[in-house]
Amino acid sequence: MAMAQAGLLAVIALLAMLGAALAHDSQFAIHMGLIAIIALCLAIYRLRTMDVSGKAIPVQADDGGYMDGPVRYGTIATLFWGLAGFLVGVLIAWQLAFPELNLEPYLNFSRLRPLHTSAVIFAFGGNALICTSFYIVQRTSGARLALGNAAWFVFWGYQLFIVLAATGYLLGVTQSMEYAEPEWYIDLWLTVVWVVYLAVFVGTLLKRKEPHIYVANWFFLSFIVTVALLHVVNNLAIPVSLLGSKSYPVFSGVQGALVQWWYAHNAVGFFLTAGFLGMMYYFVPKQVNRPVYSYRLSIVHFWSLIFLYIWAGPHHLHYTALPDWAQTLGMVFSIMLWMPSWGGMINGLMTLSGAWDKLRTDPIIRMMVISIAFYGMSTFEGPMMSIKAVNSLSHYTDWTIGHVHSGALGWNGMISFGAIYFLVPKLWNRERLYSLRYVNWHFWLATIGIVLYASSMWVSGIMQGLMWREYDGLGFLIYSFAESMEAMHPMYIIRALGGVLYLAGALIMAFNIWKTIRGDLRQEIPMGAIQAAE
Amino acid sequence: MSDMTTYDVMRQFADSWGLLFMTLVFVGILAWAFRPGSRTRYRDQADIPFKYEKFED
Repeated sequence: MAMAQAGLLAVIALLAMLGAALAHDSQFAIHMGLIAIIALCLAIYRLRTMDVSGKAIPVQADDGGYMDGPVRYGTIATLFWGLAGFLVGVLIAWQLAFPELNLEPYLNFSRLRPLHTSAVIFAFGGNALICTSFYIVQRTSGARLALGNAAWFVFWGYQLFIVLAATGYLLGVTQSMEYAEPEWYIDLWLTVVWVVYLAVFVGTLLKRKEPHIYVANWFFLSFIVTVALLHVVNNLAIPVSLLGSKSYPVFSGVQGALVQWWYAHNAVGFFLTAGFLGMMYYFVPKQVNRPVYSYRLSIVHFWSLIFLYIWAGPHHLHYTALPDWAQTLGMVFSIMLWMPSWGGMINGLMTLSGAWDKLRTDPIIRMMVISIAFYGMSTFEGPMMSIKAVNSLSHYTDWTIGHVHSGALGWNGMISFGAIYFLVPKLWNRERLYSLRYVNWHFWLATIGIVLYASSMWVSGIMQGLMWREYDGLGFLIYSFAESMEAMHPMYIIRALGGVLYLAGALIMAFNIWKTIRGDLRQEIPMGAIQAAE
Repeated sequence: MSDMTTYDVMRQFADSWGLLFMTLVFVGILAWAFRPGSRTRYRDQADIPFKYEKFED
């Protein structure tokens, strides 16, 4: 078995080396070389760890039956890619304020920007989703992950996808479609990994002891299935050569734009919303130690979200060549999304009813509550911005950037931090976290960082929009583009400072998690304890 | 009818029978969520996260 596996890896390494030698462009050669090196190292590792004695391999004792290895690796990967993504975000925020920081060609804003978005959405968010979904599906089904080591393949395969995508951006490999930048061969690899992910998840559900499938798993399943569909359709492309990185998309013109924004908005809806709601519906009840406020509302929340979200994409194409009826359709469905979003927010927040006092003593609950609050806020702001009249002011301005970040930093970031703080002591069998006061520091640094970010982008975005549409009596534009850039400069500095605070909070988290995994406990006055007077 | 493009055919289906079908399915799901007697079941199902903390065969 080990020999066959090593042989297969060696064949892959050989093919990748051939691909590198015959490549049409240097980027493709570098990627094939990278794959060859990884496959070769794996083959050697497989041979060196091979058991030649012929004895039966003892079954590894682990975790009382649940498969938590990939979850442990996943939490660390989440943390690592989070730090990387936040760091690049801070760097490009400073680049926007001070263009001299663009280091050509590899560290240009245009190459670092997709690196940042992919690192935070797909690397940080994706790892958080994969590892929490593996944890939750086991503990709400009463079953171990299905298909043996397939979960490990999902974890490592996904990291390879991230590395190929990220190095590709720096080298200039991109299809220039937002949130779908990776080229055809990287897309194909992700498709393979994703199908295995779906198989592991569904396989575990099929093995379940619990007759009912808990609502968090419904959200995760919809996230996995929909992302597979979106990814495949939006990335339909024909490569120029099987030995080159360049491809051309099947859809072009306004059809291409509509498919792209159908993809991208549902990536927001199913990757960043449905998947993370799966986390909310498990971790909030667990951390508060009481069941979700209304299970019926959670079912209504799920189906309303599924039925409405898929139609909202065209609001990204207001006042373009897209037919007017399609724009209006996107707007109407976006506004209808208010209802399920707020229903879900109320459901999450009301889970704390009767336990609000825990907010005083448990900063992890604080983190979860602020994330739900930001979910509510950004799902209010989003539909409002999808109204055509509002969009005519907000579109193409920094307001959009601010909106995305209040959702991503506030909702996705905070709920993931809360989930990691919940998971780490359990996964490593620790009595508690190293320090709850450090969690509190993280909470405040991140919250103030988001407030600085969102408010500076509101000011700069609305100002930018107003300056662009300012005409004089003769119909001439009053402001040049450069003047609007100059006016935004102070806001760009405030935004970058907000990012620095958010990154600082994440660094404190990394230290706290590292100490927790080592098994250290910080001696500290418990949160909420009344201190004796001096 | 013969000079209708694929786009026209699909568009007409989408905003007539397709729309009706999706609406009925959605209303059906909502009605199902509020069916009589579902309250006790939901109370049990909401407790699932607390039932399988430790793995048992």
